[in-house]
Amino acid sequence: MLQIISLLVENKPGALMRVTGLLTSRGYNIESLTVARTMDPTLSRMTIAVDVDQNLRSQVIKQMNKLINVLQATDLTDVPAVCREMVLMRVRVGMSSRTAILKEAEIFGARVVESSTEGFALEATGEAEKLEEFIDIMQSYGEIEVTRSGSVAVSLEAKKLRLSAPVQKAHAAVASLETVGT
Amino acid sequence: MSATGTSTLSGAQILLECLVRENVDCIFGYPGGVTLPLYDAMYDHPIRHVLVRHEQNACFAAEGYARSTGKVGVCCATSGPGATNLVTGLVDAMMDSIPVVAITGQVSSKLIGTDAFQEADTFGITRSCTKHNFLVKNVADLPQIVHEAFYIASSGRPGPVLIDIPKDVFQAHSHYVPVSSIHLPGYKVFTEGHTGQIRRAAQMIWEAERPFVYAGGGIIAAEASEELRELVETVDVPAVNTLMGLGALPANHPNFISMPGMHGSYAANMGMSNADLLIALGVRFDDRVTGRLAAFAPRAKVIHVDIDPAEISKIRNADLPIVGDVKRVLSKLTKVLKELEPSCREKNSLTRQAWWRQIRSWKAEHPLTVETSTSEIKPQHLMREIDRLSGGEAIVCSDVGQHQMWSAQFIRFNKPRLWINSGGLGSMGFGLPSAIGAQFACPEKLVFAICGDGGFQMSIPELATIANHGLPIKIIVMNNGYLGMVRQWQELFYNNRMSQVELNSFPDVEKLAGAYGFKGRTIESPHELAPTLREVVNEPGPYLLNVKVSSYENVYPMVPAGGAINEMVLGPPQPVTA
Repeated sequence: MLQIISLLVENKPGALMRVTGLLTSRGYNIESLTVARTMDPTLSRMTIAVDVDQNLRSQVIKQMNKLINVLQATDLTDVPAVCREMVLMRVRVGMSSRTAILKEAEIFGARVVESSTEGFALEATGEAEKLEEFIDIMQSYGEIEVTRSGSVAVSLEAKKLRLSAPVQKAHAAVASLETVGT
Repeated sequence: MSATGTSTLSGAQILLECLVRENVDCIFGYPGGVTLPLYDAMYDHPIRHVLVRHEQNACFAAEGYARSTGKVGVCCATSGPGATNLVTGLVDAMMDSIPVVAITGQVSSKLIGTDAFQEADTFGITRSCTKHNFLVKNVADLPQIVHEAFYIASSGRPGPVLIDIPKDVFQAHSHYVPVSSIHLPGYKVFTEGHTGQIRRAAQMIWEAERPFVYAGGGIIAAEASEELRELVETVDVPAVNTLMGLGALPANHPNFISMPGMHGSYAANMGMSNADLLIALGVRFDDRVTGRLAAFAPRAKVIHVDIDPAEISKIRNADLPIVGDVKRVLSKLTKVLKELEPSCREKNSLTRQAWWRQIRSWKAEHPLTVETSTSEIKPQHLMREIDRLSGGEAIVCSDVGQHQMWSAQFIRFNKPRLWINSGGLGSMGFGLPSAIGAQFACPEKLVFAICGDGGFQMSIPELATIANHGLPIKIIVMNNGYLGMVRQWQELFYNNRMSQVELNSFPDVEKLAGAYGFKGRTIESPHELAPTLREVVNEPGPYLLNVKVSSYENVYPMVPAGGAINEMVLGPPQPVTA
């Protein structure tokens, strides 16, 4: 089973690289990764699905929490959380199958986002397994092209976010500016 | 003229201003194209810049400075090759948790990503070799970043931080705005240990029948030697210091056992293996200490104190973890131990006495012994003579290999920050440049650089730096004509097929040192050893002493790779299993 990690990171260049680098340097393959801004524009929320050995999972979380740009890394694999994914799909079908396609889409709660004589563009969200079923069924109707968003997850438990307070900096009492003659 | 007022400063001047405010008195570096504006600003600035002869050595020297003082070491290199040459030193500092700030030049912002001359993705390359790194995109951010870098490097678990500065940022002008506060919301520094856990630890320590202290580099980083000594004396517990922790407890302390691990002493490894409680302080259960993990301290419960939560139960499960600054944790722990002492001291006193008797008998059974010969200089003999001259007080900077292990075994350190070596990364070429950094940091101290003939040849260019500044470093080359440690493994595990380990054509050191304008000499007879070493130490300037030692001596005791630490090979020729 994949490990689902949710991270709150500073929205800074390099933050993503630090997180992914930590996984790739240990040889873990990232199955999916999503990242977007939070309500606070200086922060981003990241959801990663990654194949990590069961006994190394807590170590990975600890290492992520050590990263300076990471405010919080949480393992959502075994805690109450909801995890969803979105699929955008283009289906090319002839006139004869259009009604059937719309029927299937309805069953899976998918929406038509674009329609033309060539076929449809559909949007579906749900759990990964359900979306896979949807993709399988649509494939039987004709040529499809699929883009998956990767998992996004939210924890159902309130977890206290512990942030470090600002540190007052005590500098050398005498700055050099006056003495150096700049 | 006050620059905090209306006039502006260049990025390069702002950087130097920040360094001064961070109490930096010495930078080890090497200039280049994109750092020209920085070096121009340095030209009439009071900060001291030491020109090394290779950027890798700038980082090693900064480490030597940091390791010998606890202050942040600073090194500087240009973009591209300059920056990539720093990488080994950065990883070295990362592995041993040494506070270093590295400043690298970068090509101008507009040229980044265009394969410009001397461009390298320094920010990307050094991501995994630093505790944190920065790419400065705007001169206005520079003061904040520099002060953050120093804060990150020196707080929590120390480590290297790199600041990559494009040329146009050095040249741009801005006001220097003093930075009064640093806000890194995601950077968690754990200092105070959990009071309840500390109380439980004290209980466990008094209840243990065979407690054993396993203390490492964290004690030195936290300046917690005094607290360690107090703990050890309060409970009268035997203690080992790891390779990184030598000097944490004085070598002449009665409770000090020696170093554990692959080349640790019999008593240290047997003590670890038979303890029922391991008090692990600022250590990370390195594979060179634990040997085969499944067989490591099998009967022991573990109390693990570390400032880095990711170290807890990383290798060995901690029965009682305490995350915090080991200095503060130990001082609280000792206080609680003393409170509990009246009711606990007598409980186990008989078993504790038996434990000490056992440890003393292990010590007596297989002590670390110095073999001498009348025909050739034994490496252990060389180390014992250096130990005699040092008297536990000199700074010894070691390179990597057999001589490093013999130094660790036979040279005693009565204070922290005297033993300087590349423990985690094991970087050959570390000894000489780190001695340069240590000698700059501690001009009054006697500094030895002990190198093998291999590592010495990796750092030969720095003889120029030593000569340049007349640094009175005593360079001792333990010359066995081989890459000794590799040869030892080839002998023991590869049917003595000595592949590419013979080091022929070693230079005539008298001529070599002479070419740089200082004294050099080669000795090979045991009776010359003591008088020559005295002459070396009495020489006011640098000295290069080439000591030809027996070629085929191996480091013992030795725990073969994958072995349990109580299954040491104690010496040649017939392996004895304990």
